[in-house]
Amino acid sequence: MTSATLSRRKSQLTKGRLPRYAVWVVLAAAVVLAAAVSALVGFSIVTWAVFAAVFFVVGATLVTATVEGGRKATDSLATYLVYGCFLLALLPLLSVIWTVLERGLPGISYDFLFTSMNGVTGAVDNSAAENGTPVLGGAYHAVIGTLQITLWATLISVPVGLLAAIYLIEYGTGGPLTRAITFFVDVMTGIPSIVAGLFAAALFGLLFGPGTRTGFVAAVALSVLMIPVVVRSTEEMLKIVPNELREASYALGVRKWRTIMKVVIPTAISGIASGVTLAIARVIGETAPILVTAGFASAINWNVFSGWMSTLPTFIYYQILTPTSPTNIDASTQRAWAAALLLILMVMLLNLVARFVARMFAPKTSR
Amino acid sequence: MSTNSLTSTGRAGDSGDKIFSGATLAAGGLILAVLFSVAVFLLVQALPTFSADPAEITGGAGFGSYILPIVIGTVIAAAIALLIATPLGIGVALFISHYAPRRLAQIFGYVIDLLAAIPSVVYGAWGYAVLAPQLAIAYAWLAEYLGWIPIFEGPASQTGRTMLTAGIVLAVMVLPIITSLSREIFLQTPNLHEEAALAMGATRWEMIRMAVLPFARPGIISAAMLGLGRALGETMAVALVLSGGALQASLIQSGNQTIAAEIALNFPEAFGLRLSELIAAGLVLFVITLAVNIIARWIISRHKEFSGAN
Amino acid sequence: MSKRIDVKDLNVYYSKFLAVEDVNINIEARSVTAFIGPSGCGKSTFLRTLNRMHEVIPGARVEGEVLLDGDNLYDAAVDPVTVRSQIGMVFQRPNPFPTMSIRDNVLAGVKLNNRRISKSDADALVEKSLQGANLWNEVKDRLGRPGSGLSGGQQQRLCIARAIAVSPQVILMDEPCSALDPISTLAIEDLINELKNEYTVVIVTHNMQQAARVSDKTAFFNIAGTGKPGKLIEYGETAAIFSKPAEKATEDYVSGRFG
Repeated sequence: MTSATLSRRKSQLTKGRLPRYAVWVVLAAAVVLAAAVSALVGFSIVTWAVFAAVFFVVGATLVTATVEGGRKATDSLATYLVYGCFLLALLPLLSVIWTVLERGLPGISYDFLFTSMNGVTGAVDNSAAENGTPVLGGAYHAVIGTLQITLWATLISVPVGLLAAIYLIEYGTGGPLTRAITFFVDVMTGIPSIVAGLFAAALFGLLFGPGTRTGFVAAVALSVLMIPVVVRSTEEMLKIVPNELREASYALGVRKWRTIMKVVIPTAISGIASGVTLAIARVIGETAPILVTAGFASAINWNVFSGWMSTLPTFIYYQILTPTSPTNIDASTQRAWAAALLLILMVMLLNLVARFVARMFAPKTSR
Repeated sequence: MSTNSLTSTGRAGDSGDKIFSGATLAAGGLILAVLFSVAVFLLVQALPTFSADPAEITGGAGFGSYILPIVIGTVIAAAIALLIATPLGIGVALFISHYAPRRLAQIFGYVIDLLAAIPSVVYGAWGYAVLAPQLAIAYAWLAEYLGWIPIFEGPASQTGRTMLTAGIVLAVMVLPIITSLSREIFLQTPNLHEEAALAMGATRWEMIRMAVLPFARPGIISAAMLGLGRALGETMAVALVLSGGALQASLIQSGNQTIAAEIALNFPEAFGLRLSELIAAGLVLFVITLAVNIIARWIISRHKEFSGAN
Repeated sequence: MSKRIDVKDLNVYYSKFLAVEDVNINIEARSVTAFIGPSGCGKSTFLRTLNRMHEVIPGARVEGEVLLDGDNLYDAAVDPVTVRSQIGMVFQRPNPFPTMSIRDNVLAGVKLNNRRISKSDADALVEKSLQGANLWNEVKDRLGRPGSGLSGGQQQRLCIARAIAVSPQVILMDEPCSALDPISTLAIEDLINELKNEYTVVIVTHNMQQAARVSDKTAFFNIAGTGKPGKLIEYGETAAIFSKPAEKATEDYVSGRFG
């Protein structure tokens, strides 16, 4: 057999396999067929897409089954379903982001960012709607509340979380106490946020009388949610600090606590900082614990130790559920989505900062 | 021995060590104390509910008949979420770990993680304003054609603010949890097993069924359990999406309620006995999620020991 | 500077496990002593008991005495931190602190202990230590750069500079060249030869030629089998250990018949 005949002959290895374009043919047929069927039941993009997906998966699997056999058909069915899962999971993400941008952007203005809801009543919203003037009132008080409460939660959680992680990694001996703390930190990550809120409310209710609601109570509630996250991420970071560095320090006659403070923590600081940032990003969007601990305010309150406070999440919640003007809810809806956009931007920013911190302050390795 | 020059400096510098290790121990102990006091304070504040006259409890028939419907509602919402999110999450995890082009896989992972970064109140608002009206159309169809099944019994809610919608929103929220945990487990599958399966001529799906899924089963179960824990305790999505009410079978009518949403909706105006009732409800939720999480952690730790031995 | 070490009836335990049994050895001041032996024979474990570094591992403890110029390291009133500032250590793999510059690495012993030091004193100490470690000429222009940017051999000499900057009496070296290439190894061996003018040097090595090249005295450790404690088999002048050892096991080991 010469090489010329060899190249002209069809490869034995591709015998009985569908050509690559077959998938696209089936897809096109499915899309057309789906358009026809959905026109019968009342056309809409959603039904069209659903029918097209179903027809494609069934059709492609059947074609594969007849040409390539059952095993191949199962394999390609699984492939289509797995790809389908991913696309389906993207839908809500895209929808949420689109909704927040579309409905939130019109509401973002200087007034929205730098005025509170103080004095903004249903009558104000009504007159704005009737006269076509811009919507008054903003989320300034909620932004301040969010920052204040999150700051205090961070001030409580970071020292406790850091020290507990140091205990687990540097001092823990694998005894019952270490195991108990590790286990309960895991358990604590699963506490429902509303329960954390109830705890703080119950604690301060017993100490300072029922109905005590301040920003600080909310900060305590958020700390319950934040501490386990800080402990977990710090632990992971301390674990990857090489033991050799600790030994090098001990061998210089440096005490253990100085070794931890000046060698171990600086080495792990980028990871710890990014973990803390992610923990802040997690609690900054919490709503339920704030509802039951900080109450609701429409004016600016700088003092976390007295008086009710609003945060962005509770602001969104109340603007949607109890619009300022029940007859003209558009004003409240617009404020809610603008606040949602602001909140998402804050969370995304924190996530970006965490990535950046992790990269920037990583210990310089050999280059 | 008294002339030992090494003792001349004494152990004065030791105090720094003692203070520091004491502080870390205190922080560790504080965590245990907090968890313990969560239980204690909730219990103390909830006590009046249990000793009160049953007629004074909301509903007028005692705490048991007050809490039971919302416990069932909580379980239904979480069950819907889990039924949707578990298969979907496994699929997405498989896509990222075994199907997506290697270079894009990490980016896709980040994208799915973005789902976890969106605050729950935003999901609630989205479910309320976008998803529910869309689903209302589908519910009308379900009620018309599948109305004979009790869970789809009509008349369907006009607003779409029903248990099924709440469950779907919860599914979106727990999806990133299930996905990221499953993905990690899938990536840990011993390469040798996968290559052995492929070398025998298995297709990709057969390889996954033979080598990946059996290895990952305990991990998937615990991922689902952790997702369940989150779904049980999630408040805002349900509070905003669900137009709550009495317990009922149909998932496409308004009605039903979950513990977390019941607390969030009523706590701000509650005082006296009503306050105790809600705290007692919170205690019940705490116990349920605690049990679910402990079981999940137990499965994970057992699995860890198992794979560590290999 | 430089003190002698006398070890009397030392047993080392990890929890209940006896790792090293009944060592008696006298290490002269201003000399280089090499510990050789097969893997797992306890030579590194024993070395770490000489500055109480083994205590870093939970459950590790010793019985017996280690005397530094007659002062027992294990006296109840002795702070291990004092011991370690007098007996320095260099490790198997170079481990400069990654967050610190070359200069800060040398000053680590001072700075980490929060001792105050004037800038001129610090400069003098950095130069003296780096010169003592034969590294000054290579790094004097880049003292502010991270220590981890140096080559492996330079990093190891930086670690030696870091150890001598706290002016110890004794320097322990735990296989200091095992992670280095032959040229870097040569530089370290030259350095060891110079160090013995001022310090007592104890070195654990896998490499018998290295022991023969650098040490005045050699101690051979061995174990009877897995799970058995390590023992000091023979200790004497290096020349004698390598040419006419008294013990059969030593002869087998140094002639390459096992290990």
